[in-house]
This record gives sequence, structure tokens and C-alpha cells, in this order.
Amino acid sequence: MTEIRFSGYGGQGIIRCAMIAGKAFSVVEGKHTTMTQSFGPEARGGACSSQLVASDERVLYPYITKPEVLVCMSQEAYEKYEPNLRENGTLIIDKDLVKPNSQKRKIYSVPATRFAEELGNRIIANLVMMGFFTAITQFVSPESMKKALPGLVPDRYLDLNYKAFDKGYEYGLKVLEEEKKS
Amino acid sequence: MKKNKADPKGVLTGTHFLDGDFSLAEGALAAGCRFFGGYPITPSTETAERFSERIPRVGGVFIQMEDELGTMAVLIGASWAGKKAMSVTSGPGFSLMMENLGLACMLETPLVLANVQRGGPSTGLPTLTGQQDMMQARWGSHGDYEIIAISPDSPQECFDFTIEAFNLSEKYRVPVLVMTDECVGHMHEKVVIPPAEEIEVSERKLYKGPKDQYLPFKPDKDGIPPMVKAGDGYQFHVTGLTHDERGYPVINAECQDWCVRHLVDKIKNNADDIIQIEEDQTDSAEVVVVSYGISSRVAVRAVNKARKEGLKVGNLRLITVWPFPEKRIRKLAKDVKAFVFPEINYGQVVHELERCAGGQCKVVGVPHMGGGVHNPDDIYKVIKEAAK
Repeated sequence: MTEIRFSGYGGQGIIRCAMIAGKAFSVVEGKHTTMTQSFGPEARGGACSSQLVASDERVLYPYITKPEVLVCMSQEAYEKYEPNLRENGTLIIDKDLVKPNSQKRKIYSVPATRFAEELGNRIIANLVMMGFFTAITQFVSPESMKKALPGLVPDRYLDLNYKAFDKGYEYGLKVLEEEKKS
Repeated sequence: MKKNKADPKGVLTGTHFLDGDFSLAEGALAAGCRFFGGYPITPSTETAERFSERIPRVGGVFIQMEDELGTMAVLIGASWAGKKAMSVTSGPGFSLMMENLGLACMLETPLVLANVQRGGPSTGLPTLTGQQDMMQARWGSHGDYEIIAISPDSPQECFDFTIEAFNLSEKYRVPVLVMTDECVGHMHEKVVIPPAEEIEVSERKLYKGPKDQYLPFKPDKDGIPPMVKAGDGYQFHVTGLTHDERGYPVINAECQDWCVRHLVDKIKNNADDIIQIEEDQTDSAEVVVVSYGISSRVAVRAVNKARKEGLKVGNLRLITVWPFPEKRIRKLAKDVKAFVFPEINYGQVVHELERCAGGQCKVVGVPHMGGGVHNPDDIYKVIKEAAK
């Protein structure tokens, strides 16, 4: 069983991240996930988190207890959720939006929002992050992730979303490569 | 009972990643529901949202009503016009619907109402879970009546059980409540929607006799009166007042006796056909954990842990909460040491369990006030204590 939390602020597509990963794992790969979400009353800007419990068998308890993967796309989310990450858990952050205040963990960082802006629209920062997340965690294959996208992002932006995913994925592979070297 | 294959127009065949709220709507559309009236309320709003997008595409009607009183009234009207009708709500809205829910029972009107429960009382916890409307589901409207309530524990079951709710409702001419909760409503999981030809849907019995001889409340041999569609040329009268077979008010004790017995007995006498429960290792059990809805998933974790330690623990899940599986509980109560009943409330359906156990074994509730689901360890501790 794997427990994953995606976090940031409302409007970044945080809930969408868990929906894409959850659909890829359960619908595309035929296993089981339960996705839950928590957010404030604001439409945008409030702290926001989505959680995924993934398993080869049916998930009984729907909520995460101590996640092994934490994705943070805002400082507030990092400060709120980092202490709950498992001891040897994987922490993934947006390099420009989160300034970690402790170096005791291994941190994987990607300038997701900056890359998205370079691709023409910061709204796809979450897909850059999903690409990076897929490379680092190997939670599902990149092909499964891409198969999950139709229906979860507007059709007219599908290609742009694929591009964003690839950008993050390739960056993730590069980070892993460098990690191996050092 | 007439069973048909589902109309493919409403069936979104395929494997989806859906939340419970959306799945309620998809189940309804698959069952042939073509009328939705409602007043959106958290955490059930997504169901209304889904209906508003989907039902016009399959030839149905979506109306956002002025409030929940009007909502129940419009469902009754739509149902008497021949449509399968549904609404969805949560605690505060459920309270407002109680008066006309009683009218629907009195008029023997098939309809389905889902309650995506949140923590109460009053406005309570709009965005967090609860199972605190379970007794209201049974007794919320005034007077004596019987109702059917079923409780799904996953988005898949929100789909499956809503179809079942419509089938029971059409068969018994009674409102059926789908008692889900915020956790299931907002949780996304894989939902498999089968091809239309694999989905069986029931249709209400329609009266076929001479137009001037229709009696809207005259039971057939099976105890259920056939219906007609308003607008098809039949002249008939329905009223919330105590009425005879013709549907006209008769205000005396004899007619009240006939009327109320009929409303109650048509469900009571068919309890075996209506009630669905799931049992696992109850035959050899010393302790049986009884649960429904989201709590039944969490309970399995506690049961598994207890079994690992060698405790003889069975699991009994109420798919149908109302009517309550009285017969089965009475029988089990003779053989077990204790029942353990986790609910996300301060103890509601556990009282019914206690009544049916009749002092033959211990009955221990595991209350949770709402806002979240049980920690499986809390249920486990009670199982362990009860097994002593």
C-alpha cells in the first residue's frame, strides 16, 4: 500500500493531480486507489490538499495516515504537511515556491511553475509536477499517466498538457541520473 | 414484477474514476431516472451538478427548486406523471423534506432520495462526514409508515445501489432512501458501469382496466396497487388525508386502520425480499461486528486485526438498514457473546440492534461524533474487550 499527498493552494490543480494519478493507477493499470481531498471555502488561494491511497487490493481505510510521498507546491502546504511525511518518505517541491527550512530529508525539486510559464501557461504547472513526480517515484508508468489525461483536462489543452508532462518527466530523469553520478 | 434491460441512452458504460456523488447520478440515469428536482447543498452538490449536465442529454428534466419543501413536492408530481424521479440532499435539507416525504409514503409514490450525510445537528459540519440521520431516515416524518433505506460504502456501490433503490421503489410504491455520507460522496474510486443489457431495471405496475374503474389505492394480489400516469385520461384523486381505495378522504378509525396497516405491511411482509446483508464468518463467531456505509469498510480493518490475534470475529454489513434485519439478528444473538456496532453518531441504529438482540448477548456501540471516520484501532479495542 502507498500513501501520497499532493498539496499547494487552491487554483493550482492540486486535486486534479491526485485524480490523474489515481485514474492512471486504478482505471489504466487495473489496481485500486481511493482519492480524497480537503480544501477551504475559498475558490482560489486557500490551502489545498489531495490524498491518494493506492494498493493491489481493495482499499479499506480511505484516508492516509503517514504518507510516503509528499508533493508541495506552496510554502504554506510545505509547512503544514512536511512534519507528517514518513521518515524515509519522498519530498517533492516546486523549487521556486517552496523554501525548505530543513535539510534533514532528501528533497527532489523542480521549477514546475517556471517551466509551465516557459511553455506558455502557468496553469499547466501541475502537469509539469506530475511528470516529475512520475519520474522520481515510478508510481505508475508515464504511458499510464498520459492515458489518464483525456477527460480530466479540457480536450483543447490536451497537447499542451502532454508537453508539460514530458518536460517534467525528462527533468526528473535528469535529476535521477545526476543523483546516480554523485 | 416487470424487469427490463436498462435504456442504453442513460448508461455510461465503461471504467471510470468517479466520486460517490457523481456515481449516484450515473446509477439513477442507468436505472431510467429522467427527472431531477433539487436544492443543492454541500456535500451533495456534485450529484445535482452531474444531473444538470447529464439528464438533459438523455431526454430528462433538471429543475433547481426554490427549497427542499418544493423539491419533495415536485418529485411526487413527476413520479405521478410517470417519470422515475430523484433528488439528493444533506442533513439540513433532509429535515425540510420530511413533511413531504411523509406525503410520498401516504400517496405510495415511488421516488428515490439520497442523503449525503454530514455532521449535525443543525448546520453542523457542511464539508465533513457523519451518519447522524439514520434514525431520521426511519422516523423523520410524522405518523406510522415504513420506508426502505440502503447504505453504500463506495462510489461503485453508489452506482449499484441507486439502481437497486429505483427497482425497490418501483416495485413497492415507496420512497427509497440512499443513505450515504460525505466521505463516500467525495471519495474518488474506480467505478465500473456495465453495458445496458446487463443492468436490470424494474418498472412500476400500470393499471390496464377500464378508465372509469381505476382505484389508485386498491392493492393487487401482491399487495401493491398499480399506478396510472397523470394525463393519460384517468380521473382519480390522491390526498394526504387518510383515504380508502378510491383515494378519497375517510376520516374514521376503520379506514385509518386499513390505510396504515397497508403502508406498513407492504414493506414488513416483504422484508425478506427487500433486506440485503453481507456476512463473513458469522457462523463460528463469538463477536459479530455490525456496521453500514463507510463504517463497514473501516470495520473490516479492525476485524482483520482481531482475527490475526486468534479472536473469533464475524462481520455483518447492513446493505439495507431499513427495514432492519430483525430475524437474522434474533437468531445470531442466541449464538454470539456480543455485537459491536461502530457508527458515526452517538448511537442510533445500535438501539435497534439492542432491541432485536433482546438481552441474549452484549451489545456495544462504538460511537464517533462525526467529522471523520473511526480509527480502526478504536473498533478493535472494543472487539477485544467484548470478546472477554
